[in-house]
Amino acid sequence: MNTDSNRLAVDIKNLHVRYETDDGVVYAVNGIDLTLENKRTLGLVGETGAGKTTTALTMLKLVPVPPGIVEADHIEICGHNIPKLSTQELEKVRGNDISMIFQDPMTALNPVFTIEDQISESIELHQDISKAQAKARAGDMLETVGIPRERGKEYPHQFSGGMKQRAVIAIALACNPRVLIADEPTTALDVTIQAQVLELMNKLKDQYSTSLILITHDLGIVAEICDDVAVMYAGRIVESGTLEDVYGYTQHPYTEGLFNSLPNIKDRKEKLRPITGLMPDPMIIPVGCPFAPRCRYVDERCYQVMPELKSVSPTHKVACIAYERPGFHIERRIENE
Amino acid sequence: MYRYIIKRLLMLIPVLLGVAFIIFAIMDVAEGDPVYSVAGADATEEQLDLLREEMGLKGTLLERYFRYIVKMFQGDLGTSYISKQSVMKIYMQRLPNTLKLASLTMIVSVGMAIPLGIYAAVNQNSFKDTISMVISLIGLSMPNFWLGLLLIIFFSLELGWFPTGGNEEFKSIILPAVTIGAGLAALMTRTTRSSMLDVLRQDYLRTARAKGVSEGKVINKHALRNALIPIITIFGVQFSNVLGGSVLAETVFAWPGVGRLVVDAIDQRDIPTVTGALVMTTMLVTLVNLLVDIVYAYVDPRIKAQYTK
Amino acid sequence: MTAAETTLAFPKKRSSTALVWRQLRKNPGAVIGLIIVILIVFMALITPLIYDYDADVIKNNIKDRLQSPSSKYWFGTDDLGRDILARVIYGARYSLAVGVVAVMIALIIGVTIGAIAGYVGGMFENIVMRITDIFSSIPSVLLAIAVVSALGKSTQNLMLAVGLASTAPFIRVARAAVLVVRGEEFIEAARAIGMPGWKIILVHILPNCLSPLLVQATLRVGSAIISAAQLSFLGLGVPAPAPEWGAMLSTGRQYIRDYSYMTLFPGLAIMVTVLALNLLGDGLRDAFDPKLKK
Repeated sequence: MNTDSNRLAVDIKNLHVRYETDDGVVYAVNGIDLTLENKRTLGLVGETGAGKTTTALTMLKLVPVPPGIVEADHIEICGHNIPKLSTQELEKVRGNDISMIFQDPMTALNPVFTIEDQISESIELHQDISKAQAKARAGDMLETVGIPRERGKEYPHQFSGGMKQRAVIAIALACNPRVLIADEPTTALDVTIQAQVLELMNKLKDQYSTSLILITHDLGIVAEICDDVAVMYAGRIVESGTLEDVYGYTQHPYTEGLFNSLPNIKDRKEKLRPITGLMPDPMIIPVGCPFAPRCRYVDERCYQVMPELKSVSPTHKVACIAYERPGFHIERRIENE
Repeated sequence: MYRYIIKRLLMLIPVLLGVAFIIFAIMDVAEGDPVYSVAGADATEEQLDLLREEMGLKGTLLERYFRYIVKMFQGDLGTSYISKQSVMKIYMQRLPNTLKLASLTMIVSVGMAIPLGIYAAVNQNSFKDTISMVISLIGLSMPNFWLGLLLIIFFSLELGWFPTGGNEEFKSIILPAVTIGAGLAALMTRTTRSSMLDVLRQDYLRTARAKGVSEGKVINKHALRNALIPIITIFGVQFSNVLGGSVLAETVFAWPGVGRLVVDAIDQRDIPTVTGALVMTTMLVTLVNLLVDIVYAYVDPRIKAQYTK
Repeated sequence: MTAAETTLAFPKKRSSTALVWRQLRKNPGAVIGLIIVILIVFMALITPLIYDYDADVIKNNIKDRLQSPSSKYWFGTDDLGRDILARVIYGARYSLAVGVVAVMIALIIGVTIGAIAGYVGGMFENIVMRITDIFSSIPSVLLAIAVVSALGKSTQNLMLAVGLASTAPFIRVARAAVLVVRGEEFIEAARAIGMPGWKIILVHILPNCLSPLLVQATLRVGSAIISAAQLSFLGLGVPAPAPEWGAMLSTGRQYIRDYSYMTLFPGLAIMVTVLALNLLGDGLRDAFDPKLKK
């Protein structure tokens, strides 16, 4: 276990990421503060294109640097100042202090190496043990994720989708990192397999005391395993807090819209209420609030002023200037679920 | 795995027979009736007929083909009309020279092409990448025998560094090898680059980087292993091309190999030699193809797994 | 050993002509290639108007023999005093003719066999592919040599020989393209409404194979030109006194010691022509599947 005197596993301040492409500049992340405490699980929620994956890649310095440009006040993972690390130091941190698993398990594994080799490679990179011992540990990891250890000698094409994802999890956790980022880990899987993989992740994060950042657009999954939630829109965090804060005392109109978009199983007759409009063009930086064109509560000032994240409770923050109007509240209240 | 090898070896036989038939049939059309040139002007019809019998020229195409095959398996490819020597003997004398040339060519070309192709792919669209690609395209578009002639003009006649032909010195092999190798290297560089580009886009490289694998290892271990697979599959074709190329190179440089043997024999209408040399050479190519297939099955786990349950 | 063999993957989608043309225009190499090809074709077509075959190209002119390039004879003269410039320009007709006809032969035979094999499948497909493999294992130069020595030396036989030697890749490309499309639903739909097999192949399958075939054909014309030159160089191609580039190089070889200029120009002509075709073929391939480039 990689312990550290720092309380915060992840500490990011004022992160901006843009991609300078031939067709123009894409502003992916526009000023994000993100913190994650030890042993907590954060759900990073938002639609596709909100900048969630880019934020995650930043933590491992995996944003392709041309064309990407990363700027921040600081990015600290487990006490390491990521931008300042040399390549060698960075390689020591990746897979060891912080790991990441990606969305599509079908393509995440190298087809010409055995599963066992791919797991033990991680172990050999970061721990000073013999090849044989690393192989044995790899077998242990397989068992932990629910795959019989003999199957480690097989190749990725011989594994099903769910098994592949579990193998990917085994690789990510092999060196017991303090932080695991899971980018839409279940999106590409069947619903029944989704449940299995989630359960596995839940179990393992407790077992290894890992802090987890779960990136998803699925509010249901967040409710299952997250402690904290941050809602992203157009490269900004618009609402953040504990699970109870955000789900029970929703503040931001966008978050409300997300909840409203969920079909209500209790009221079949109710029409679906999607959020009208589309996410703004990431090549344009809006002057006012990026959500203004789609917001039910919008007024003139919304187009002129960029809302800052303001605290509404010690744990709960929201970025919406509507709350400057006295007595303003959104329609959705406490759900009695 | 052995099952696969055995299966492929067994399949080799009909292939070899088929190849021999095609060549035999084609050359048969060229045959005409050689007894006249062999026997002389005043042979009687009886003597001619006897000669036909001796030379194995009687019967239908299939009958002659079968006789030819039977003798081939006994190591007898007939006798040259010109030198009166055993075709098999002549061929075997010349074969090592061609193999020497072919191996050197392939080793050096591939040895240069693969690192160059990797470099071009990793640095895609850089100046060096564009230059390499332009040069390889030119190399592919040049007729190899023309390159050989240019090399002679410049390096043999102007600079005197290399002999203009023959097999006398160690250096003699260089110019012929470059002649064949240039086109091969050009092709392999482009193929390697293309294959690498495909692999470099793959997600599993991102997984490797996220694990903390160094960039060098990501390219040379994780990516290359995958990129080599399609390259191996064209190896067999390339060997075939090298042998074809050696026909030209051996002619330009008077290199005593089987390529020149075929060309000379055709000039002299020495049908048995042509037939025998073509059949043997093609069998060699088929054998090499088989080896390549076996290596490929071993190297690509998706195939390997099918045969090693 | 050609650019044609570097085609590891072929485009799967059908693109509209306008889109392809636009993509092609963006590629400077392809545009240069296209321009050069058009120029060479144009030159080949109008040469008879500039040069008279008997007087300028093949008539012996011994008193002017073996002259180095000068203002009178830009490319110099050959061993029989003939103007090499005239012969090189006129030679374009032979090379292009052999190249194009050979590829047409290969295309027609290859696509027919390959498409039918791919569509019918089963044992038939297997046997056809096996036979194709057998033909492929004969080095193409040797196969062409064998055919020419069997049929005799002539331009037509050269076209046939080079064409036959080039057939195998077309069989493969056609079959592979058919396989890609065969499983698609619109084929099943066509079958469901009772369309006969041959019509399905003609109307539905072949149009979808056009792009890879076009790419292959362009690249193969280049390799056919080289093959023709090789055979002529060996004395098995277009018979003298025709100004075929490969044959001219064979003469050049005899005089290489003292008259090296003779080797320069015909070879350069071959290289430029084939280079242009390769550039065009590569450009077409990229234009049909832009994913492949990025």
